[in-house]
Amino acid sequence: MALSQEVRARLEPDAAQIISRYPVPRSALLPLLHLMQAEEGYLTEDGIEFCAGQLGLAIAEVTAVASFYTMYKHHPVGDYHVGVCTNSLCGVMGGDAILAGLQEHLGVGDDGTTTDGKLSLEHLECNAACDYAPVVMVNWEFFDNMTPQSARDLVDGLRSGAAGIAPTRGAPRLCTWKQASRILAGFPDDQAAEGNTSGPPSLAGLRIAKEHGWAPEPIAPADPGSPGSGASPRGTASPRAKTGNGRAQ
Amino acid sequence: MTTVLTPEITAFWDEPDSFTIAAYKRHGGYRALSVALAMQPDQVVQTMKDSALRGRGGAGFPTGLKWGFIPKGGDKPRYLVVNADESEPGACKDMPTLLNNPQALIEGIVIAAYAIDAHQAFIYARGEVLHVIRRLHFALAEAREAGYLGADILGSGFDLEVVVHAGAGAYICGEETALLDSLEGYRGQPRLKPPFPAVAGLYACPTVVNNVESIATVPYILGYGAPDFAAYGTEKSKGFGIFSLSGHVTTPGQYEAPLGTTLRELLDLAGGIRAGHRLKFWTPGGSSTPLFTDEHLDVPLDYESVAAAGSMLGTRSIQLFDETTCVVRVVLRWIKFYEHESCGKCTPCREGSWWVVQLLEKLENGEGSEADLDKLLDICSNITGRAFCALGDSIEAPVKSSIRYFKDEYLEHQRRGGCPFDPAASTLFAMESA
Repeated sequence: MALSQEVRARLEPDAAQIISRYPVPRSALLPLLHLMQAEEGYLTEDGIEFCAGQLGLAIAEVTAVASFYTMYKHHPVGDYHVGVCTNSLCGVMGGDAILAGLQEHLGVGDDGTTTDGKLSLEHLECNAACDYAPVVMVNWEFFDNMTPQSARDLVDGLRSGAAGIAPTRGAPRLCTWKQASRILAGFPDDQAAEGNTSGPPSLAGLRIAKEHGWAPEPIAPADPGSPGSGASPRGTASPRAKTGNGRAQ
Repeated sequence: MTTVLTPEITAFWDEPDSFTIAAYKRHGGYRALSVALAMQPDQVVQTMKDSALRGRGGAGFPTGLKWGFIPKGGDKPRYLVVNADESEPGACKDMPTLLNNPQALIEGIVIAAYAIDAHQAFIYARGEVLHVIRRLHFALAEAREAGYLGADILGSGFDLEVVVHAGAGAYICGEETALLDSLEGYRGQPRLKPPFPAVAGLYACPTVVNNVESIATVPYILGYGAPDFAAYGTEKSKGFGIFSLSGHVTTPGQYEAPLGTTLRELLDLAGGIRAGHRLKFWTPGGSSTPLFTDEHLDVPLDYESVAAAGSMLGTRSIQLFDETTCVVRVVLRWIKFYEHESCGKCTPCREGSWWVVQLLEKLENGEGSEADLDKLLDICSNITGRAFCALGDSIEAPVKSSIRYFKDEYLEHQRRGGCPFDPAASTLFAMESA
């Protein structure tokens, strides 16, 4: 069944806005596909057809792109899509046990969705948070340093409405899958300035540097722009600047 | 003790509002932009060349040189594209940078775009970190509000627009030409080079593609001058960069330090390997770089020294594994990742990765033999150098190095008829699973 007139009328201005960001319309395809997931949860034939129509592409051209990227789903996923990193490092540190535990607990396989439609589960590749391993993502927000038990508690909480569940690093109010997809399409919600984003690993080097008295310097000096003039309080002659050099010389 | 750590990009991440333009300016942000806009674009490029900054995305190509390759004149628009598709296993520096200090990137973007005469820039950010997408939109809005983006920036007559583009899950899009294809709305598959992006990049126009950390380092270089930056690091690997420690280390995290710092120095600061255990193997620059062992603790982590010791500095993504870890399991998982992420464009990588996975699975299950190791090495040597892009070459790195250092461990799987390691012992919650 094609998208209703009402839905098309609502989506077309969004699509036009996305397309207007780019010098060449086709660049809008990835965000348009995110937009369709925001509407329907996954990429239906209608969604593909809508994107093709907006860009003047063949359905096959859009399908070829949609099938290439793992974030595009071709069957319904849950309101909360749970990804467990099982790349080598997270897997070894506990991701394998977490994924196996969740599959058993939820009764779904990899890439499966619970019968109530609330949760889906998949294994993820490295999500750029190795210093917080093992990592679980829910709708692309970080849940750091997980254990099999904390992961079970997390999915139980998500199934009973997600009230009070916030990522370790990210927005305090967890988006649904569709809401998250809309942000990926380039329509952010109002949570950008909220939420903690620097856990202990992000600050580890900074904290240790401060403990040693290796104080950070400003991004640029108060009177910048005189290269080589020693504008930096560290200058080229400071002990700190020589650290690396000393070894090489 | 001499200074080891040099927090710059990470300098104020401990302040709750570190991501705001107010915090960035409090710490000297946007001073360098005025300096750059008062220079001729060519001078900015020369400053970057003088700094000897090498691309922080893994390949280590000199950033100033890359900018200098943009042809002069011509009527085609030029583009700056920031590669924020951080997805190399082990790499975890750019996402926290974008969460905690996005303005350093934006100031760097304005300076870089001015230098190459681009009026449109794109940030291609992986889609799997939602809050990064929010923060980038927020940061761009703040910068625009403050007059650092848009028309006639700071009265200089220079105009720039920046668009955030969320990817959709494909490791290969970290390869710069695959990224460009993806940004153009196609499957992310690498292009034949030449032509290089500097000549024919986005929409076949001159394009610079730079990593997040490379661009976020630009304000420092313009602010303090190239000689100051070049005073850090080693003779050929100048400056500082973020080293990311993960795995079986007491204090994992981000450590910004001069290039040439050793793992021993970093581990001393990070409290060493987790209590009661010892280092077995590690990657200096992510899963695509050949493994090191505890023999390599004193290798200076700069491009030349790491290469001389048989690996690559890559993205300084240091993944540490202790003696509880099965190296075959780790390598198999990485190669499964490459198998999955192979874009399918070229045969050696597309087919070879599947063959390598089959053999590694056999070996991990204790059904392999010494002849399989030879076959593995043979297949790998037929992928490396014959694949379209570096993803294919990445397959050989962990396989060959792990056989080099741990051949007997592979064979022990055969003798035991299975993996001799207890996976529970490697987890961080061994207590819970016991």
